[in-house]
Amino acid sequence: MSAGNAKHRRFLTAALVILFVLLGLFAVFPIVTLIVASFKPAQEMMRYGLNLRLDPELVSLKNYTYLFSDQSLYLTWYKNSLVITAIFTVLCLLFSSMVGYALAVYRFRFRNALFALVLVTMMIPLEIIILPLYKLSISLKLINNMWGVILPFMVAPLPIFFFRQYAGGLPKDFLDAARVDGCTEFGMFFRIMVPLMAPAFSSMFILQSLFSWNNFLWPLIVLRTNEQLTIPIGLATLLTPYGNNFDMLISGAVLAIVPILIVFLFFQKYFIEGMTAGGIKG
Amino acid sequence: MTHPVPTTERQTAVRRSPLRRLAYSQTAAPWLFVLPFILSFALFFAYPVLSAVNMSFQEVLPGQVRYIGLENYRGLWNPTFRKALMNSTEYTVFTLLVLIPLPLVLAVFLNSKLMVLRNFFRSTLFIPALTSVVVAGTVFRLAFGELEGSLMNTFVTALGFEPQKWLRHEGLAMFTLVVLATWRWMGINILYFLAGLQNIPRELYESAEIDGATAWDRFIRITLPLLKPITIYVLTISIYGGYAMFTESYMLWAGNRSPNDIGLTIVGYLYRNGLEQNNLGLGSAVGIALLVITFTVTMIQLKLTGMFRRED
Repeated sequence: MSAGNAKHRRFLTAALVILFVLLGLFAVFPIVTLIVASFKPAQEMMRYGLNLRLDPELVSLKNYTYLFSDQSLYLTWYKNSLVITAIFTVLCLLFSSMVGYALAVYRFRFRNALFALVLVTMMIPLEIIILPLYKLSISLKLINNMWGVILPFMVAPLPIFFFRQYAGGLPKDFLDAARVDGCTEFGMFFRIMVPLMAPAFSSMFILQSLFSWNNFLWPLIVLRTNEQLTIPIGLATLLTPYGNNFDMLISGAVLAIVPILIVFLFFQKYFIEGMTAGGIKG
Repeated sequence: MTHPVPTTERQTAVRRSPLRRLAYSQTAAPWLFVLPFILSFALFFAYPVLSAVNMSFQEVLPGQVRYIGLENYRGLWNPTFRKALMNSTEYTVFTLLVLIPLPLVLAVFLNSKLMVLRNFFRSTLFIPALTSVVVAGTVFRLAFGELEGSLMNTFVTALGFEPQKWLRHEGLAMFTLVVLATWRWMGINILYFLAGLQNIPRELYESAEIDGATAWDRFIRITLPLLKPITIYVLTISIYGGYAMFTESYMLWAGNRSPNDIGLTIVGYLYRNGLEQNNLGLGSAVGIALLVITFTVTMIQLKLTGMFRRED
């Protein structure tokens, strides 16, 4: 009986592994084909579409050298994406951690009302305000300007919510001790709470930088000239009804995703925590 | 220690500079901390929302704006908007049908005692979520190309079917969109359900097993009911995500132009009217309609799943 049971269990484990190997292939296959395609000439793509065939005679780094040549703006887009992502993420983490901390630690009037407003902004699809936001950006002279991409979504509700939950679970004794020692309220935040909230910062750093790096709809509206575009918008301009610039598109897409994959390999835990932050119940 | 009333002494010292007093004030501090949110909320959220409502009753032309009552909403009832509404609804329904039950069951498998290499598979399935829609769209546009040698056509011809024009046929276009969504979101939804599963106490399963419950009984009577909160959460964000879908379609059809609008979504229609044709009034009406739709669908969903009942 127990021998049969063990056999049965081994069979089930094998079946599960096969199932997940197939699913895993489905997950990585498109990315692998993209990487393979980036080493092939674009005419090949036009003729046969995307596939895994790799003719050794056709393999070259041409697509990549083209990306870095004077004929392409890819490096400019890359730089824009890096700058926007860095500024956006740092400011977002600073402000949303401050707000989340205050909502968790201080008792003040309208505290609950303010938290309710945070929840309301989480529940309204942002797509509905892009038109008035576009008009507003015109009057604030934010069009075709990286600050136009950064400012409207910088104080984001999800990180506020996350920091509030996290700060609420930390011991408050340190704060009273610091107060007795003559520390300012801001000193307490920066010197005591920020280090204590380090894990929350890592998760939100991943979530927000990935959001900014991959963000599409709003930058598409704000950024106008070729020199100001970020990678996703720049790559999207290469697809036109009159023909597609595949050589640049594919190698450009690979270079946009590879750094993230490398960081993911080392910080999987924070990616997983950050990306599922919304599911955490208070 | 010689001061008779040290607190007053300290307060006078502090009172010397208003800035220092502010730094020590426990009443002012929370307001200074939440100030960024208040400013950003007022300028970049409350004002645009009110402005969207207002503009939806206006005809907005360069230099002149006039109120036209419900005219924009009446204008919404046209075949193109209905098409966009249908497409977004179909997309939402299909993604829900695939992206709730499948990840739930897969998460149960992944969490099972019989499973090996759990973390490896979890991470592998998560990788697509790291890609932007632009990268994903590029791959799928090529993989679902109409050339005979494209990935999907190689696949279906191997199974004995004719090569297809995936992005030109109504049903196949929707299929492509749903496959793209499944590819990107499967891993994340599995993670949500895994987090939910890890909150279920092991003892429940152990005592059920002692009482002779089969694996199926345990799944139906313990796992499913206890996963309800996380399921409702995933359901809610999927409804919002489904109705707000735009970029996927924008990438698959190189801009907002699919043949016969087979890929047009509500946000695509908003983008077309508001930004491409500069009709901000009608575009805003589309936005308000989207808000009403997502809100209504979510409320019905929460009602049906019993979220409003007190005891549950």
